Amino acid sequence: MNRYTILVYTENFIGILNRITIIFTRRGINIDALTASESRLDGIHKITIEVTVTDEKIIQLSKQIEKVVDVIKVYYFMDDEVVYQEIALYKIPTESLDPSLEKVIRQFNAHIIAAEKEFVVLEFTGHKEDTQALLEILKKFNLLEFARSGRVAIAKPKFSITEYLNNQT
Amino acid sequence: MVRGADIVVRSLIAENAEFIFGYPGGAIMPVYDALYDYSDQIRHVLTRHEQGAIHAAQGYARVSGKVGVVLATSGPGATNLITGLADAQIDSTPLVCITGQVAAHLLGSDAFQETDVIGLSMPGTKWNIQVRRVEDIAPAIAKAFHIAKTGRPGPVLVDITKNAQVEFGEFNYEPCLGIRSYRPYVAINPTAIAAAAQLINDAKRPYVLYGQGVILANAEQELKGFLDKSGIPAASTLLGSGAISQDHPSYVGKLGMHGNYAPNILTNQCDVLIAIGMRFDDRVTGDLKRYAKQAQVVHLELDPSEIDKNVKCAVPVLGDCKQSLPLLTDAVNSNNHHDWFQKFRELDKEEKAAVMSYDLESTHGGLHMGEVIQLINQFKDENAILVSDVGQHQMISWRYFHYKESRTQVTSGGLGTMGFALPAALGAQLHDFKRQVICVVGDGGIQMTIQEFGTIMQTKAPVKVVLLNNNYLGMVRQWQQLFYDKRYSFTELENPDFIKIAEAYKLKAVKVTERHELKEAVAQMILHEGPFFLEVVVEKEDNVFPMIATGCSVEEVRLS
Repeated sequence: MNRYTILVYTENFIGILNRITIIFTRRGINIDALTASESRLDGIHKITIEVTVTDEKIIQLSKQIEKVVDVIKVYYFMDDEVVYQEIALYKIPTESLDPSLEKVIRQFNAHIIAAEKEFVVLEFTGHKEDTQALLEILKKFNLLEFARSGRVAIAKPKFSITEYLNNQT
Repeated sequence: MVRGADIVVRSLIAENAEFIFGYPGGAIMPVYDALYDYSDQIRHVLTRHEQGAIHAAQGYARVSGKVGVVLATSGPGATNLITGLADAQIDSTPLVCITGQVAAHLLGSDAFQETDVIGLSMPGTKWNIQVRRVEDIAPAIAKAFHIAKTGRPGPVLVDITKNAQVEFGEFNYEPCLGIRSYRPYVAINPTAIAAAAQLINDAKRPYVLYGQGVILANAEQELKGFLDKSGIPAASTLLGSGAISQDHPSYVGKLGMHGNYAPNILTNQCDVLIAIGMRFDDRVTGDLKRYAKQAQVVHLELDPSEIDKNVKCAVPVLGDCKQSLPLLTDAVNSNNHHDWFQKFRELDKEEKAAVMSYDLESTHGGLHMGEVIQLINQFKDENAILVSDVGQHQMISWRYFHYKESRTQVTSGGLGTMGFALPAALGAQLHDFKRQVICVVGDGGIQMTIQEFGTIMQTKAPVKVVLLNNNYLGMVRQWQQLFYDKRYSFTELENPDFIKIAEAYKLKAVKVTERHELKEAVAQMILHEGPFFLEVVVEKEDNVFPMIATGCSVEEVRLS
């Protein structure tokens, strides 16, 4: 089993996300994380799916996804072939703020992005291992809430959706 | 300006749809109202259940090669289509299903007969769309037809809210010529052709397996050309039957769980396996771990997701086999594999002695299903269509029906849908009243859609319905006998008087219980002008052999 990042470029079509996720559901494969947003091209959406499967499965999965009519193109990558980030937010009670926490914030280069009377919110981006490490530490500071995004990723190998679309057969 | 409902009908006419198979209801009533004005341009067939409508459309599509069109209302009308959608999806049958939906402002409010048809039909459609505005109707239908019939065909569903059907809009129909995210055909890679030809030319025991892909690509002549030149033995999948005539010298039989003995066993003795338009279904391969491991596989296939899905191939030839087959034919050497063919002939003798003589030549005891099919062969036209349901009779009729032409085989292959045959036969018959359409069903399956006798009565479609009645859910009973210690758990049926039912629907009906009555009854049926119902009471506990039991290898095919 390997961790893969699947990049799916799609038309902006109602239900497209459902059409893609049922491919995983049907095969009993759990999606580790998923993010969807508009790509830099008007009308084209980019869905980033993180999944842990065998080499064989990832090939089949990407072919099945690419078969979906409104999917333009699918790429999949191993972790070392993508540059990726995840964002994490941590809500901590104000009373927990003390010099040792300051040290942690500096060490991780995290940011305080909101400060209220009762709590502050820290933001930190990185790989899951990094955001997880900070989470473990902050648990000792009476962490109130935690949220983490799926990964956003950019592939290292060169490819161009624009070029692909222009090469219509 | 015209109403959305008129746009629906005029779009279907613009796509040259001849038939609509459907059933009215509240949310589709505006379209039904519009249909009233176009009855001279498009024919609506009122079935007795939406499942009947979609199977009829499948039967029509399978024999005509055209897109089958289905019309149903929202809620239960739409959910009744689900079985047919799943069936058409797995058997790659082109359909456009149009369902009515509650008005857009009611979506999500649990309105009367509202159901999430888009969500429900998603796994069973190649594509689906909900249309909520009148101006989107024609483009959606155009796209639906394009997607249904191009590439690997499949069912498409267009859900149209009631408000869109009653709003007024312009009608300027523009057929869909392409979709940027959808590339149904890929260019043939000449390197793959060369590599495939090399393997084939070097092979000592090459073997062709062909499937429905050949028929869907209209590549029957191209397959024949390839076989004529290469002289390679060729076996058919269930749905590939008819792609070449069984009289062709290369034809060696049928593959799979209840296929022929030689084609299964020799799959594990060939050195190059050339799969054409087939997807290595588990009913064909048996245990994959012991399937053709000695062979190098060449796979001619349109759908990239089928490559390496079940069987790893040495040379994938992606693309339309109508294009790739002639290229491959040019590149292979003329040959005849005399000794290799001989191996098939020898094993055929074993099957004939162990199975066929019992199935076809018994002179006493109960009637066997095979005898009925053999008599049908005697009287049928060359281009007669066999529509079968699912179960023992399906396997027996497939084994013994003499396929001579393409698109003469209609059955539910991938999904195995009992109840498929009667409505599918109706649809096949409506395509051409002059073609013989013989519908073979079991006593279980016929009762799942028996209401479609009503549609046969109303359309006067001259379908010949042959009920092979063993008073059992025969295939399940066979498995219970072989694998569940004869514990016949809920497989015996107390049946109605089928003759009375058929006669109530004004079908000419004949029942045969004795061997000596059979020939005359079959002849009478074939010669009868209108619809005909023939019930043949057959041996209760016959089994279908050869058989590859679940989990067994193709070479473990058993004769008894």
